[in-house]
Amino acid sequence: MELIGRIIKKGKASGEALVTSQPISFFGGTDPDKGIVTEKGHELEGKSFVNKILVFPTGKGSTVGSYALYRLKKNNVAPLAIVNKECEPVVAVGAIISDIPCVDKIDISQISSGDKVEVEDGKVRIAKII
Amino acid sequence: MLNGEMGRATQKAMEIIVALGDIYGAEELIEISSVQVAGVSYHNLGDAGLEFLNEFAEDGKVRVLTTLNPAGMDLEDWKKLAISEDFANKQKLVIDAFSKLGIITSCTCTPYLIGNLPRFREHVAWSESSAVTFVNSVIGARTNREGGPSALAAAIVGKTAAYGLHLDENRVPDVHVDVKAKLKSISDWGALGYSISKKAENKIPYITSIKRASIDDLKSFSASLVTYGAKPLFYIRNITPEKAKRPANKVTITQDDLNGAYKAINDEGEEIDFVSIGCPHASINEIAEVAKLLNGKKVKAEFWITTARQTKTLADSRGYTKMIEESGAKFACDTCLAVAPLKGRFKSVATNSAKGCFYARGTNQMKTKLGDVAKCVDAAVNGRWN
Repeated sequence: MELIGRIIKKGKASGEALVTSQPISFFGGTDPDKGIVTEKGHELEGKSFVNKILVFPTGKGSTVGSYALYRLKKNNVAPLAIVNKECEPVVAVGAIISDIPCVDKIDISQISSGDKVEVEDGKVRIAKII
Repeated sequence: MLNGEMGRATQKAMEIIVALGDIYGAEELIEISSVQVAGVSYHNLGDAGLEFLNEFAEDGKVRVLTTLNPAGMDLEDWKKLAISEDFANKQKLVIDAFSKLGIITSCTCTPYLIGNLPRFREHVAWSESSAVTFVNSVIGARTNREGGPSALAAAIVGKTAAYGLHLDENRVPDVHVDVKAKLKSISDWGALGYSISKKAENKIPYITSIKRASIDDLKSFSASLVTYGAKPLFYIRNITPEKAKRPANKVTITQDDLNGAYKAINDEGEEIDFVSIGCPHASINEIAEVAKLLNGKKVKAEFWITTARQTKTLADSRGYTKMIEESGAKFACDTCLAVAPLKGRFKSVATNSAKGCFYARGTNQMKTKLGDVAKCVDAAVNGRWN
């Protein structure tokens, strides 16, 4: 299956999807050294997005979140790519300054954690796990 | 710019501006005349932010007048504020990176008091929510509430995407606020900002029944209004310059609302170990008032007057600095209680800033007391809130 969205940051990546239906705050809601979601009560609390395609509806929280994504990238624990339903400025700016491929306007309900996903310049190809 | 022929920093900056324009449906880019960049304190940036700024500074230069928000310390006299040497060294590296980008390292949240003042209807790209609200409303310039990186990107490109508050149709007030409360001090204006925000969350208020407002009043009001949840734009009939129609939807702010704001902001307890005046940064008038109140007294609590370095120079020449420092109070230039690394240092702060209370409580976990300058000076002298 191929979904076509809007390019926020160009680039190609492929890997396993990690999906949540809840917004993510990279500043304060993730561990910048380990690449883990730390927000209390979050669906992905304790889950690692290292070497995964991170799929979530949208970002939330402080504009410092853009720098938090940059820090994840510098620590080699950033997601391989970001797929959003609706990208907001904090994640958009973070993806751009960190060179993380990012696409939005995607029906993320079509993707499940564990799916093999390829992101390329606004396209998202999904191979379902059987 | 997008293809990288003007360097990597310019390319990334342009990517940021274009992406934000796409997200918000902008049809064009517009020229801007100035930028205010927030995200300066090492306390908030961390090593990641510093690394990013260094990368940008490698081949990036700003194209328009650009000033900086407060840093995490007084850049010259950080030792008197008990800032650690490690922090100071990192903070200096942050400032060096901004300087290399061609930015004026003024480190104040009131750039409009020290030479970065747009004119009516001019487009700018500012971060620092209090300054954004001030220039949108009191001056009638036009800016969205930028984040640190997007403001920096706009400075490097010299343009921003035309969306949000840059466009006439998004500057229309959507709630009429009639103020029936008496406003006697700067802290009252802060409490008013709180009260209006609670009744006009994410709205643009059109305010009536206010006859007088000083620049200091409006500076405090701008900070409080946006901190507690309204949009970064307001109108006050016969005071702010931009024309607007009075919306039909009306709310009233009474003396009870104002008292309620004080009640919500003030925590329990009487002991005060920290007092801070100057959020947003104190003007020369505010410093004069503090100096006169402190003259001949000694303070028990740690007392910071946070201001722009340029404003302190005026205070030096008038003898206010001497009066203030002889009491044991300190000038903290270039910084403020919201961005300095204060967590764990103080238990309870007294201030005349409603915005200051929000950050002292939220970021630095202090108990807060909001009152006028005389009350704050009294608390500093006695170590108690009376």
